[in-house]
Amino acid sequence: MPTPARYWREIPQRYRYEAGQCRKCSLILFPPRLVCPRCKGREFETVTLAETGKIITYTIIRVPPHQFVDQAPYAIGIVELDNGVRLMGQVVDCPFEELKTGLRVRLEFRKMMDEGEAGVIYYGYKFVPA
Amino acid sequence: MREVAIIGVGMTKWGELWEKSLRTIFVETSLLAMDDAGVDHVDSMYIGSMSSGLFVGQEHLGSLLADYLGQKPIPAARVESACASGGLALRLGFIEVASGMSDIVLVAGVEKMTDLNPNEATYALGTAADQEYEGYHGITFPGLYALIAKAHMERYGTTREQLAMVAVKNHENGSHNPLAQFPFRITLEAVLNSPLVADPLRVLDCSPITDGAAAVVLAPVEVAKKLKKPVVKIIGSGHATDSIALAQREDITWLESTYQAARKALAMAGKKIEEINVFEVHDCFTIAEILVIEALGLVDKGKGGQAVEAGLTKLDGRFPVNPSGGLKAKGHPVGATGVAQAIEIVKQLRGEAGARQVKAARFGLTQNMGGTGGSSVVHVFAVD
Repeated sequence: MPTPARYWREIPQRYRYEAGQCRKCSLILFPPRLVCPRCKGREFETVTLAETGKIITYTIIRVPPHQFVDQAPYAIGIVELDNGVRLMGQVVDCPFEELKTGLRVRLEFRKMMDEGEAGVIYYGYKFVPA
Repeated sequence: MREVAIIGVGMTKWGELWEKSLRTIFVETSLLAMDDAGVDHVDSMYIGSMSSGLFVGQEHLGSLLADYLGQKPIPAARVESACASGGLALRLGFIEVASGMSDIVLVAGVEKMTDLNPNEATYALGTAADQEYEGYHGITFPGLYALIAKAHMERYGTTREQLAMVAVKNHENGSHNPLAQFPFRITLEAVLNSPLVADPLRVLDCSPITDGAAAVVLAPVEVAKKLKKPVVKIIGSGHATDSIALAQREDITWLESTYQAARKALAMAGKKIEEINVFEVHDCFTIAEILVIEALGLVDKGKGGQAVEAGLTKLDGRFPVNPSGGLKAKGHPVGATGVAQAIEIVKQLRGEAGARQVKAARFGLTQNMGGTGGSSVVHVFAVD
């Protein structure tokens, strides 16, 4: 089991949806980076993600990694948020047959998984129909 | 730079090799390659292995394997670029011989995957994706390629049947390869009715979990000319990277790293893609082969599915792709795959490929990629 630091250092992104916006070219990067891949800028402003967007592609995971065995089958999508950022996440509270590209969704704070009785409970964002 | 030839190749039967350890399958194949080359000593070694640490709990492979091959104290390095580890090991060996740093270099790839149960193996393979922003959400490699497949189907009209045709073709080719893990034909119906893994991909769209190794011996062309075999040279090598997180790609249906690596390898070789006679590419999933033939420029963007349906990539087609059976039928011991691709091209160019021989093949190309194209390595080969 990794130390909890591996988990909590990502909290600004997973709980508060913090991204970095390049001061030079305005590109929004999630997760934040130290170098802008577009203009090589090194100065960023902390901004938060738009909380709604649309699914651009999706799948249903039926053979999961071992930590997700008790959740399968589950849907995962790539979503383009209204401020242009793309990110991956599970799509929940949506029957599989209602999934489609273009579906409007919003970010919601959810439990992701846990490490067992004495371990860390992992939280983060999932997508739900908007 | 010196011209570099492959003077020996070695591969053993791939599959679920319960009774054999990683070091054993490595040594068996490496000895075959050294015997084929007629050498009992090499100057250095590169070993492609994606994740021996997760699969069998063993790191520090360079030293372990040099020792067990009876070659210590030669320099030996393990090379990792996910599923492109073998191709990258070949590139580093090529650079070492071309530069004059060493004369005889062994390049091998090895992966021992069946010691883990399937969900653990799925996790180990998944570490080639962005762990904090993809793996955290429960994505898998079939899942990542399913996301691409879905987008490709919706944007370009690629059909479910066209995906299946890649698997059917590669199993047809693989039925002629006795070293393949699954050397038999499968039907279109079997693919379309196999269990879903990550919609729309089914079990028979996926390359398997495999134990296996592959090895080649590299030398300057002057050495190769003294041997009694056709001289197969590496005439181009290209390597490129891309974001490993799929969501951060500009176009998730396009393999930019493969496009870039191929461009560099072909420029170095002084060849156009139309001049290549035989291809071994990274069909880890059926959709991957469609993406690769588009990125290599064998067909226009979005036309890969139609090209497969039209037979362009069959053994007797204009551009034969994966005569070995590909990752799909031959198996995919991830670190070994890139080296095995080179072995198939050597056999094709030597005219030793038997029932799967591409007629009059003079130039060949391999494309090996890591993750969903976060890295790609392309090599171009020629026979004198």
